[in-house]
Amino acid sequence: MMSLGSTWQRLRQNRTVMICGGLLFGVVVVACIGPLVSPNDYLQTDFDNLLSPPTVTDMQVFGTDDLGRDLFVRSMLGVRVTIVIAVVASAVSLVIGVIYGAVAGFVGGRVDAVMMRFVDTLYALPFIFFVILLMVAFERNFLLIFVAIGAINWLDMARIVRGQTLSLREREFVAAARVTGVSAPRIIFRHIAPNLMGVVIVYVTLTIPQAILVESFLSFLGLGIQEPQTSLGALVNAGVNQMEGAPWMLLIPAALLASILFCCNFLGDAMRDVFDARHTA
Amino acid sequence: MLRYTVLRVLGAIPTLLLVIVLAFLMVHAAPGGPFDDERVLPPEIEANIAKKYHLDEPLHRQFLRYLGGVVQGDLGPSYSYRDHTVSELIGGALPLSLHLGALAMLLSLIVGVTAGTAAALRKNTVLDRTVMALAMTGISIPVFVVAPVLVLVLAVYLQWLPAGWSGNAGGARYLLPVVSLALPQIAYIARLTRASMIDVLASDFIRTARAQGLGTIAIVRYHALKPAMLPVLSYMGPAVAAILTGSVVVEEIFGIPGLGQLFVRGALNRDYTLVLGIVIFYATLIILLNLLVDILYAVIDPRVRQR
Amino acid sequence: MSLLQVDGLTIRYGDNEVVRDLSFAIEAGESVGVVGESGSGKSQMALAVLGLLPGNAVTNGSVLLNGTEVLNASEKTLNGLRARHMALVFQDPMQALNPFVRIGAQLRVILTTHNLASGREADARVLDMLQRVGLPDPERQFRAYPHQLSGGMRQRAMIASALIAAPELLIADEPTTALDVTVQAQILELLEEIRRDTTLLLITHDLGIIAGHCERMLVLEQGRLVESGTTIDIFASPQHEHTAALIDAAPRLDRGDVLSAVAGNEVLQLCNVSVSYDERNGDSLQAVRNLSLSVSAGETVAVVGESGSGKTSLVRAALGLVPLQSGRVLFCGEELGGLVQSRPIAMRRDLQLVFQDPAGSLNPQMRVASIVDEPLLVHERGLSSEERQKQVAAMLDRVGLDASYRARFPHELSGGQAQRVAIARALILKPKVLVCDEAVAALDGSVRKEILALLGDAQKDGGLAIVFITHDLAVVRAISHRVLVMYMGRLVELADCASLYSRAQHPYTKALLDAVPTPDPAAAGGTVSLSGEVPSILSPPSGCAFHPRCRFAKDICRAELPLPRIVNGSIVACHRAEEISL
Repeated sequence: MMSLGSTWQRLRQNRTVMICGGLLFGVVVVACIGPLVSPNDYLQTDFDNLLSPPTVTDMQVFGTDDLGRDLFVRSMLGVRVTIVIAVVASAVSLVIGVIYGAVAGFVGGRVDAVMMRFVDTLYALPFIFFVILLMVAFERNFLLIFVAIGAINWLDMARIVRGQTLSLREREFVAAARVTGVSAPRIIFRHIAPNLMGVVIVYVTLTIPQAILVESFLSFLGLGIQEPQTSLGALVNAGVNQMEGAPWMLLIPAALLASILFCCNFLGDAMRDVFDARHTA
Repeated sequence: MLRYTVLRVLGAIPTLLLVIVLAFLMVHAAPGGPFDDERVLPPEIEANIAKKYHLDEPLHRQFLRYLGGVVQGDLGPSYSYRDHTVSELIGGALPLSLHLGALAMLLSLIVGVTAGTAAALRKNTVLDRTVMALAMTGISIPVFVVAPVLVLVLAVYLQWLPAGWSGNAGGARYLLPVVSLALPQIAYIARLTRASMIDVLASDFIRTARAQGLGTIAIVRYHALKPAMLPVLSYMGPAVAAILTGSVVVEEIFGIPGLGQLFVRGALNRDYTLVLGIVIFYATLIILLNLLVDILYAVIDPRVRQR
Repeated sequence: MSLLQVDGLTIRYGDNEVVRDLSFAIEAGESVGVVGESGSGKSQMALAVLGLLPGNAVTNGSVLLNGTEVLNASEKTLNGLRARHMALVFQDPMQALNPFVRIGAQLRVILTTHNLASGREADARVLDMLQRVGLPDPERQFRAYPHQLSGGMRQRAMIASALIAAPELLIADEPTTALDVTVQAQILELLEEIRRDTTLLLITHDLGIIAGHCERMLVLEQGRLVESGTTIDIFASPQHEHTAALIDAAPRLDRGDVLSAVAGNEVLQLCNVSVSYDERNGDSLQAVRNLSLSVSAGETVAVVGESGSGKTSLVRAALGLVPLQSGRVLFCGEELGGLVQSRPIAMRRDLQLVFQDPAGSLNPQMRVASIVDEPLLVHERGLSSEERQKQVAAMLDRVGLDASYRARFPHELSGGQAQRVAIARALILKPKVLVCDEAVAALDGSVRKEILALLGDAQKDGGLAIVFITHDLAVVRAISHRVLVMYMGRLVELADCASLYSRAQHPYTKALLDAVPTPDPAAAGGTVSLSGEVPSILSPPSGCAFHPRCRFAKDICRAELPLPRIVNGSIVACHRAEEISL
């Protein structure tokens, strides 16, 4: 374990972190600005211009879909939706997971045993099917997607935070603080929380691609984001239906989705290397 | 060991029960029933339907009735396929899905473990970097992207392989679906194997084995393989869950009449009993598998048995 | 031709030279000791001989075994030499044996790999070797997994695996450091037997072990060979100042003054304290049973015991870090509540502690100054931040750390420096009692001496009472006034330093004293007067817990628990204390 200041330095020096972070940032910026700059609208259909391949005219660089809508604007919209859902869902899992894990780890004993038994039980469940079940039962609800994805991912976070808290709680510097009379809130915020930051940051980066995956999977099946709104999963699905005649409709959103996931995964891996205690010895 | 096994089996029962309760409640807490949306039915017919499906009983009675059925393997009637029970539908679609899933799992394990071990033994070489880059790509491309892209390239453009399921025969039609299902799992297992193999190879007891003059092959065979396989073994539960999830889209994309397709159709038709039944079936499968993994874990790791 | 000939061996990791230009030779039949502190390169040297250095190590020079070059040799050449010509015994058998493979199979594969034996013959040879290293019931150990063996038995199995292919050279790298003192003596006795027909290179930080078991010795300092010669000569007149310092820093049982008892007010009293932990499987582990101890102002009490003796649980209960099962803890006559959280805040400043692991006891995210400042922040709310800073600076100065250390993080400190910070944090509130839990066990001899001196100084200034937990009777001899010896959670003997070290009353105390190797080739030391190992605390023997290992045990010892009573001025828990002569 090391201080946060020097960790930031190490992150700055890590090429993978910088490249993947930069690429992701670039995609997000284009996704935010692109639709504003483009003369086209994500809703506007053009029946004279169905399934036209990518071209520079009218800035239709990604071509159009089967309703003549501009695929660039729609893809960027999809990126936005995908990333917003992933980030919010990760934040949900972060909050639930950290609080749940920290409480279990800090309180320990019987409370911890019961709380973790619950997590173990949930862990054994095929959550994605429950999410689908929820989607079937409650119609396609935007908010539900956040909750559902967050509810899957908090388990990992809770386990990891709990394990860390438990071991930190047993560490000698915490015992020394307790003996001296340092108050519980100060122990939590001064001694335990700063030492948890590393793993939490790493696992949040690893949670984001998972959330993206779940969301796009649901949207692909038609159980997530609904027309005329769209997400990368929904765009891939539309592309599959048109892939023989208009392969760009499949390949462009597929490539976007894969590259975003690729960058996120690489970033998470690199972060883990930087934060991993074994590498800082 | 026996005590451990019995404890594990007993421990799985509450999980199973929880699955059934959760799934049941989710469906029944939903606003509106299965026959609500499309047409407005006369009240007496609605009452008849409610009576037929026992929707007029209090929730706990319905649940107990359902639970009683589940225990006997009866998952109730299907709402959309009116002439079939859910159990019949699952039974009909299962063999094909099982076939595909087992092949994908086998492929993932063989290729994943081999590639991961090779990468670990040749750590930081070109081979290692290549395997890891491929694995990262494999993880980052979802099944529902791999499958259509493979179809587009290998079946539509190059025409090497059949694109769909129906109308084709023989083993070739298995190839694309199985590979699509397996690719992400190969990637995960390769990464997992590499990481754990590197960990194990760095441990003190491997250094001891080297000091004893054992060669690489003997070290891997006698000392490293067992401990290195533990994380892979633990991953079997999630891997099966992932393959089941993948089969949902793969069967849809290739038009394979398996359990996954049945599930998606059921979900889109809001066939509550069918979806509920398949979820419970999947969950049971995964829980049983996790149970098996736990027991295998204890077989491999002597320290676990004593707990 | 020498058996092992090392010439100009240099080992580098990047710019860091861990072994520099090392040259020495070992003849067949010799036993040679290598001594050095941490970072002296002694283990690196051993790994280089076996060809086990990690890939990023750069080596120069030459290492010849029986005339074959080992350095940068191919794996094939090395595997031809390993096991059959040279073997290595590692420090920690728990880590060095494969937990997934039965002991017998781990030994067997060595024979089959080198085509020395197979089938039944291999099994027979393994069983024979297990017997030779003194493992009781070899058939059973053959089928056992490492975790099913005790620490001493594991190290015997490790030694058996090193000897199975009858190597000419056996290198033992700190073979007893992870073991209890009484077990260490047994393993050293085994090595003594082995060296009759095997060349032994024994690497250790403990001069006592070298003095007792090696004819010749090499002294390493920061990768350099600073002195070599016969053990007798070097101990008699060390030529290099580092050697002299090492010998000087080695704790001795047979030399130097002991402190006489002090009479002060009792600051900390433990009355009939018991501590137990609930195990996961529902069993309860009785760590401390009915133990009483009082500590006076200005006094140092050493609490000594092997692993599982309950020494740490005892003081943790006193500090309120673990709950008392029964008994009372009094501080200056006032009863302290149960756990530390429930104790009055004012009382907590008077009880402080220092841990074994210096790095682990400092928050890695805090700078040295904040670490030392934190107790002031809690207890001296009236102080301005400048005043606190002044006090922190003064305190750091007192423990020998100048201003440049204030802004450092713990990972930028050496073990000794980190321990100084921990002591500064403990002393800044001027506590009345300081508990040191193996506070010097992780430190090198010279650093250990400095830290002990620092604690001694802290005591001289005021009436500080120190409770010093240790497994090593020699370490605390010079600094303690009284010694409490514990075994399996109970008091064995509590005596003044003077009487304990000169005439121990309890057979266990005597065995502990006998087991300490004396850093003097002329003196007899490190003798085994105790067989077996500490039994599982979960199923303690009946009557006197020590009776299965005691050569004086009689029926009464098996049947009845001996209660602590006064014998010749010491408190002793032994039925036969008066009758036996130790």
